[in-house]
Amino acid sequence: MSRSLNIRGGRIIDPAAGRDESGDIFIADGIFVSSPVAGAQEIDARGLVVCPGFIDMHVHLREPGQGAKETIETGTKAAAAGGFTSVVAMPNTNPVADHPGIIAWMEERAARFGAVNVFTTGAITVGSQGDQLAPIGSMAQAGIVAVTDDGRCVQNHEVMRRAAEYCGLFGLPILDHCQDASMAGPEAMMHEGYWSTVLGLPGWPRMAEEIIVARNVLLSEATGTPIHCQHLSAAGSVRLLREAQARGVRLSGEVCPHHLTLTDEALAGYDTNFKMNPPVREQPDIEALLGGIADGTIGILATDHAPHAVYEKEVEFAAAPFGIVGLETAVGVFCEVLLHRRQVIELPRLVAMLTSNPAKLLKLDRGTLAPGAPGDVTLLDPQREWTVDREVFASKGRNTPFHGWKLRGRAVRTIVGGRAVWELAS
Amino acid sequence: MPPSADLTLVDAAGVALAVGKLGDLLAEALGGDHGAVFLAGIPTRGVILARRLKNELARHGIEAGCGAVDIAMYRDDLGLRGGVTPLRGTELPMGIDKWTIVLVDDVQQTGRTARAAIEAVLGFGRPRRILLAVLADRGGREIPIRPDFTALELSARPGAKVRVRFAETDDGTEGVFEE
Amino acid sequence: MIWTRKDLLGISALSAEEIVFILDTAAEFKDVGKRRLKKVPSLRGKTLINFFVEASTRTRTSFELAAVRLSADVVNITATTSSLAKGESLKDTAKNLEALAADLIVLRHSAAGAPQFLAERLEAGVINAGDGSHEHPTQGLLDVFTVRERLGRIEGLKVGIVGDIRFSRVARSNIWALTKLGAEVILIGPPTLVPREFERAGARISHRLDDVLPELDVVNLLRIQHERQKAGYFPGTGEYAALFGLNAARAARLKPGALVMHPGPIHRGVELDGSVADGPHSVILDQVTNGLAVRMAVLYLCASVALREEA
Repeated sequence: MSRSLNIRGGRIIDPAAGRDESGDIFIADGIFVSSPVAGAQEIDARGLVVCPGFIDMHVHLREPGQGAKETIETGTKAAAAGGFTSVVAMPNTNPVADHPGIIAWMEERAARFGAVNVFTTGAITVGSQGDQLAPIGSMAQAGIVAVTDDGRCVQNHEVMRRAAEYCGLFGLPILDHCQDASMAGPEAMMHEGYWSTVLGLPGWPRMAEEIIVARNVLLSEATGTPIHCQHLSAAGSVRLLREAQARGVRLSGEVCPHHLTLTDEALAGYDTNFKMNPPVREQPDIEALLGGIADGTIGILATDHAPHAVYEKEVEFAAAPFGIVGLETAVGVFCEVLLHRRQVIELPRLVAMLTSNPAKLLKLDRGTLAPGAPGDVTLLDPQREWTVDREVFASKGRNTPFHGWKLRGRAVRTIVGGRAVWELAS
Repeated sequence: MPPSADLTLVDAAGVALAVGKLGDLLAEALGGDHGAVFLAGIPTRGVILARRLKNELARHGIEAGCGAVDIAMYRDDLGLRGGVTPLRGTELPMGIDKWTIVLVDDVQQTGRTARAAIEAVLGFGRPRRILLAVLADRGGREIPIRPDFTALELSARPGAKVRVRFAETDDGTEGVFEE
Repeated sequence: MIWTRKDLLGISALSAEEIVFILDTAAEFKDVGKRRLKKVPSLRGKTLINFFVEASTRTRTSFELAAVRLSADVVNITATTSSLAKGESLKDTAKNLEALAADLIVLRHSAAGAPQFLAERLEAGVINAGDGSHEHPTQGLLDVFTVRERLGRIEGLKVGIVGDIRFSRVARSNIWALTKLGAEVILIGPPTLVPREFERAGARISHRLDDVLPELDVVNLLRIQHERQKAGYFPGTGEYAALFGLNAARAARLKPGALVMHPGPIHRGVELDGSVADGPHSVILDQVTNGLAVRMAVLYLCASVALREEA
């Protein structure tokens, strides 16, 4: 199948190259070029936004070991259906991806079965147990783009400091799932507040996230290693991030769609489709996160796509695993909230938060439409109205809180390396 | 005034006569050596009727106790007949074994209500005698329980309900109606 | 009004009217306990399953007796005797019970929301006998029944609930029942065990029992649990008893006619002195009797809807 395309007449938004204008984009043999390619497929992009392929830097592909929830194949198909051309896979697989053999397995599997590009991450510590450093150097050679103990959080600050120092050697950023286990242990199930009190569920206080963000500020400042705070949920975390960035500390943050749209009241029915970690909180937290997006404190949007088998989530609340899927709804929710409902940012910022910003943090050779870069493109229709139907998800997971939501904004075509891997059926 | 779709089977004057007749029948059957008599009305209108019968018996020189037996807990159709309404309370005499209990109801049809009332009374003990007095019997028996005393024998179109209305419970209306 | 719920999951969803309906029905069923034949045939031929994943002898016995007095057939299942121990999911276990034609399931479980989970999936009526820290509705109902019976009303009364409010399902059910019926609720205990969030539910908070004791019409004492002590919520039963125990000296300062209540089992010398538990203010044994009547009422009402749906 040909990997050459001429994409005509769209609004080109390429934040990395500073472009926002109408025009054409050309791909020859999977690479962007500056002139039309003879004989290539013509794509009419009028009325659409032509973006560099979206990058989701927080995805759980569940392989190795948890194939009942998702596989690299189904997860990347879900990514394509959501408009993403690259995903960054988290290492909390079974076994944990904490040495180069597993990384190599994942890379090979992704090359064979991945519908989109897959970038791997390695654990910070062995087994993500938080004690001993994992062989980060060898994993770097195997191709990881970052380290993270996601799913867990290194509790011992000295270990985290050593990790930050060590990663400097390889230029790898640390991605941190910020959760203090003494304040929010494994039994903590939802935001600590009025609703957790009324529902009788153990609470996960804001402070448990903020306290770790604070330690990351100090560690990043001391070591110079970039630390990226994942799935931010609490107002105080945004404030800490803002203050640190003002001092030039290399701390970054990401936010997921659910933390911008849902509050703890949604858990009143004990629906496990609203059980995730960190939990959804209160309206002031949503306002703080939106404020962080507006002023650039939070530079990256991600999904924390966390599929589970249906039977795993259909249990009493306490027994259900944390997590919701997100790849196929994220673009819709982000457009709906950030562009339409709350008008927090304009399109070019939204695109940057999904392309150039993550690419820069992870030093990926993509996230731009500039000639020479890999031909990944997302064609976006920011006005497209659609209703979420979990039954047609490409992901194996059905655990979404957005089922039935009416959204405005959707990718209509996903192109990876010059090849269309997904197209919205008309 | 009754709803216009209803057919008047017996008017207010007829009801007064019927109550009097019921009292006569009951008094005659109880006779001289009647022991302790208790009129247990089946809510709601059976309770009204029981009070009126008490007055009738008094005219015959018979002093009777008066109360109610709520049959809701004894029905055989929990769940089949629409939702449950609040229970209305049962007042029966203490030491029921010495008493003649007269169950009083406004209309008898299938006999199921009477059966439940009998079971309810027996839950309190072993009365000397249980009698059943109804103002109107409209036929349609499904359980072989026949009233001991009936003032009015009525028939109605199949599927129609026969309703007794008393002034105390029905905004001043008295009569027996087919709905 | 007509009763329309096949399940009783909690009091927070009930209207004041519904609560009064249950209390009035319970009053009738209490009278049944005074008859020679303490049994009515309302649930004859129906099956009730006491599914106590979290153990309890007194509550289970109360529900069992309530069901038996309604002429229902009762089966008792615990966590260890059920297949949950073998890893079967709660949903599958319940579906199996339903396949055995259970009409009502009384569930006690350590996971908040477990009764709701079952109620949404089963045609049988589900009665919550306590789900984690969430609610214990029949306890809340029997508590307000007892107060109403003794003091004639709920509205305008000042009811103090003392102890570990944070983790107590009894406290939550009581808070809903009392506030919906117009009482003023005062939550009393150490700051670590009384979450401020309950002010939003309409309750007042005090950390000094001695300050509020003289104004209370009812004092409801909750059990203090050792697990909380271990987890650092308060230093020990000795200190707790000194600050919050209803000892004889404190009881002497109660309003005349004030009620002393406790859901049981009591720790004499911790939550209250033995003399207070046995004293003139105490209605603790009434609570047990009333619990039976309330549970009969709840089973009767929920069955009337659950059975209808089957038919």
